[in-house]
Amino acid sequence: MNYNWNWLIYWSPNPEGTGTYLDMLLTGLQWTIATALVSWVIAFVLGVTVGVLRTLNNRAIAFAGDAYVEIFRNVPLLVQMFLWFFVIPEIVPAQLGLWLKQMPNSAFVTATVCLGFYTSARVAVQVQAGIESLSRGQRMAGLAVGLTTFQVYRELLLPLGLRIIVPPLTSEFLNNLKNTSVGLTIGLLELTSRTRTMQEYTFQVFEAFTAATLLYLLLNLVFVALSQWIERAVAVPGLIAIEK
Amino acid sequence: MFANFDFNVIVRSFDYLIFTGLRFTLMLTVLSALGGAILGTLLALMRLSGNRVLSLLAAGYVNIFRSLPLLLVIFWFYFLAPLIGQWITNSPRPVQVGAFYSALITFILFEAAYFAEIMRAGIQSISKGQVGAGYAIGLRYRQVMGNVILPQAVRNMAPVLLTQTIILFQDTSLVYVLSLPDLLGTASRVAQRDFRIVEMYIFAALIYFLISFAASRAVHHLRKRIAIVR
Repeated sequence: MNYNWNWLIYWSPNPEGTGTYLDMLLTGLQWTIATALVSWVIAFVLGVTVGVLRTLNNRAIAFAGDAYVEIFRNVPLLVQMFLWFFVIPEIVPAQLGLWLKQMPNSAFVTATVCLGFYTSARVAVQVQAGIESLSRGQRMAGLAVGLTTFQVYRELLLPLGLRIIVPPLTSEFLNNLKNTSVGLTIGLLELTSRTRTMQEYTFQVFEAFTAATLLYLLLNLVFVALSQWIERAVAVPGLIAIEK
Repeated sequence: MFANFDFNVIVRSFDYLIFTGLRFTLMLTVLSALGGAILGTLLALMRLSGNRVLSLLAAGYVNIFRSLPLLLVIFWFYFLAPLIGQWITNSPRPVQVGAFYSALITFILFEAAYFAEIMRAGIQSISKGQVGAGYAIGLRYRQVMGNVILPQAVRNMAPVLLTQTIILFQDTSLVYVLSLPDLLGTASRVAQRDFRIVEMYIFAALIYFLISFAASRAVHHLRKRIAIVR
């Protein structure tokens, strides 16, 4: 194999003048983390909202909730990314479309919004399952003591339902983290994209991809540890799911 | 909003999009699902075997692949496959694998990690007594697994296996980064050739949606039909 290994390449200056190649990868890692966190906030807020709407006994709202979930779950993420980035600016009124196209950091904004909606459909399904797993007596008791429906959700169903679904939510969070890499197709300079750039500048394929692989594994380990800590902290006492 | 929406471009390129693009996507999906399910079952058997080394190897494989983004793995194998080919065939220079085969290898190896977890859950859902009963009437490991445990595991897990295949169907769109002519790739080529981005991406999204939605409804019915009454 005629391949020139050069593991010191990480400390060579990159041609973009932003420090070493390692700096380039770490900046990519920061964008990956930023995209994952911001899109998760969007996904969580939208997902809880849609999930709650799907548990209300209203046929029209339930249908709208189903449509929302089916649309975002049955179109590939990459296609959704292209719809947000290329198609939406063309079909909205011209003025708004122009503003969208000229927006600074448009790749980051589009990627976070797209991932937020994409993941929110999955969060919504989990939230719905969490709420429906609770005894219907909870809702009845809440209403019987004079709480409004809003209060029943805020004080009873959501606090308990969300605590039950923490394990599946953390796995959705990790999926969302990995999905940020799809942002590279619309020009988001996240970790995978920066790795490709490093490989194109240096031809050191293996060094570049090894570094990215290790960074992703490390990121995963950190978030898995974090999520296990959260799971233990919020576990509902008395349910089988608790270890120890 | 859709005032200058040109349906004609869809009609003109329909054959290309469906018989080249969609056919490519479906072929990649089916081959990867078959390969991934077979390799995944082997990984699950390794992981559940009494052999610690095999079990650790399988667990490591599954956990590493499940922590990496598919796109990164696609790029990895795009560059790695020619060198692996060279190593296997002992040829003096890297073997021309081509984007299609490197994508197929990637999807089989990547999906195997996910199928392995599904099959592991399937195998573990069968009662231990069946394994004991199998050995008691004189069956070998191969026969117990092949004739008793795996058929039931596949049956129990069929809806989950098919759901994973629908996810795989959607994930194959990522071969866009290798410029392969899958459904999204062909749509993107027409979009750039005819400056019809809006029509092409909406059409591609619609086809993906219709197939995924119909397939997931079918899986939903299958789940009800094959549920074993206990």
